[in-house]
Amino acid sequence: MRKLKDANGRTMGRDRIVFNMLAYVVLALLSLICLLPFWLVVSGSFSDQRSIQLGGYQLIPQNFSLDAYKMLFRIPGELLRAYGVTIFVTGAGTLLGLLFTSMAAYVLACREFRYRYQVSFFFYFTSIFGGGLVPWYIFNTKYLRFHNNIISLIVPILINVTYLLILKSYMMNIPQGLYESARLDGAGDWIIYWRIAMPLCKAGLATVGLFIALNYWNDWYNAMLFLDEGRKDLYPLQYFLNNILTKAQAINAAAARSGIPASDVPSEPMKLAMTVVATGPIVLLYPFLQKYFVKGVTIGAVKG
Amino acid sequence: MKKKNHLFLQDLKRNWVKWLMLAPAAVTVILMCYVPMTGIVLAFKEYNYHDGIFGSPWVGLKNFQYFFQSGKAWTTTRNTILYNMAFLCVNTVLQITCAIMLSEVVGKKFKRLTQSVMFLPYFISWVVVGAFVYNLFNYEFGAVNTFLKNAGLNPVDIYSNKAAWPFILVAFSAFKNVGYGTVMYLASIVNIDPHLFEAAEADGASMWQKIRHITLPCIRPTIVILFLLAIGTIMKGDFQMFWQVTGNNPMVLETTDVIDTYVTRSLLTLQEFGMTSAAGLYQSGISFILVLIANFLVKKVEPDYALF
Repeated sequence: MRKLKDANGRTMGRDRIVFNMLAYVVLALLSLICLLPFWLVVSGSFSDQRSIQLGGYQLIPQNFSLDAYKMLFRIPGELLRAYGVTIFVTGAGTLLGLLFTSMAAYVLACREFRYRYQVSFFFYFTSIFGGGLVPWYIFNTKYLRFHNNIISLIVPILINVTYLLILKSYMMNIPQGLYESARLDGAGDWIIYWRIAMPLCKAGLATVGLFIALNYWNDWYNAMLFLDEGRKDLYPLQYFLNNILTKAQAINAAAARSGIPASDVPSEPMKLAMTVVATGPIVLLYPFLQKYFVKGVTIGAVKG
Repeated sequence: MKKKNHLFLQDLKRNWVKWLMLAPAAVTVILMCYVPMTGIVLAFKEYNYHDGIFGSPWVGLKNFQYFFQSGKAWTTTRNTILYNMAFLCVNTVLQITCAIMLSEVVGKKFKRLTQSVMFLPYFISWVVVGAFVYNLFNYEFGAVNTFLKNAGLNPVDIYSNKAAWPFILVAFSAFKNVGYGTVMYLASIVNIDPHLFEAAEADGASMWQKIRHITLPCIRPTIVILFLLAIGTIMKGDFQMFWQVTGNNPMVLETTDVIDTYVTRSLLTLQEFGMTSAAGLYQSGISFILVLIANFLVKKVEPDYALF
């Protein structure tokens, strides 16, 4: 029998070969299970309404049809609006969040800052104790006037203490000598932060920025709490999708507003087509961005 | 005290740029976390919009009484704790199994591909996962019932079946979170000194023996710490998951309602402020004590990993 070698060029014993075979089977199966729901949604979105009503959702569409996507493009108004809201909220939230978080992280990573432990704890404490949903909700609606305001989609998840601590640990790795020599050259904190600290932790900024962006892209919770039915124009993508999926009449109503009779609307495949369109960007970008997320998880693991 | 104040003012004057750089994040946290904390008093008040949080009249422990006598306190607490324990056990076992297998698999491309595919569900929103659940279990057209009908069996009505939901929730929690944890455990397996494995191989150790006596003991600290930290969050239900996977379905609340979903539902539909604040304070109070206990235990086991 030909000798099998592992990644390091060592010969593999019989038990390792058996374990490898087992690992291939188990991992392949689990991967297929993870892909199955995605596949079912895509397959369903390319089916026609009648075959779903007669035969249900299937692994392979019985009558391949683009009806759902065609209809989606006939009434694109609300979907595009929701896309616009999400893109705006994600862009603004990520930029602001990253700026605020990195500035605070820089200060907390400065070894000569006298109060860094106290201030770190001030931030950290919020992740172990909170006042609960209700006081928070009342403060935001009654006193901060978040109700039906796009600010309510940005501010509540602007600062995440975990990301602050991750960025802080990135900044702690910058050699302090660089700061000191810059200081001798007369640079102030802002210059050091902007010209030295930021460029040196690009990897950390990319990782944290992507996590913040993901949170904004996927957020529907704040929209549910703070937006009324009357302000559908402020619905972000995920909450718009949630509305389509949970309210049976939502699609027909949207079609009716564009003058299309309900009987012409392939409502079942359209729900799935909307899901595809709302998730598409993440799935498409995922292969390119994955490594940054892996880095973030690994650091989170080391830091606990 | 006076000297301390003096020092602080001096620092503020000298390091005003630093304090200014801290300000935006600090103000956000004050507005979003510290100010609402003062609203805890609401748990002991009968809230009305006109008088606001601080003007509304005190009612003592009436809100707590109401919450505990409704019977909801017990079912939601039980569900929250049992679900979190089930998620923790199932997910940890799957994560460690996958991580060990990934670390051992020879094919580099296969390893990268499967790891990516299993990590993918972490990136989609719970709304989309809700769409998956609908797609699978919908009574009329769902893929599961389609499969059953094609196989000549009777379709099942999962949306009114209380006993099925714990399994569905555990499955979807694993679907969403196993990839994340696998990446984490894989990182700590990769950090194990390869000489340990080489020495074991030279001594003729089998695959199973290496896993049992090298890999698992080496990642034990990570496992122990994550378990202990989970104690701190055992009273917190993953709201987004429960809300979207069950579709806030009223027929199966007995087995699916956790504290977080109960509080949000009561707040949004009944505008019930007093009782929901009492429930929230009950939850965050116990959580806080549990975090302190968890941190104390971590400090004993592995001081480097203590939270504070």
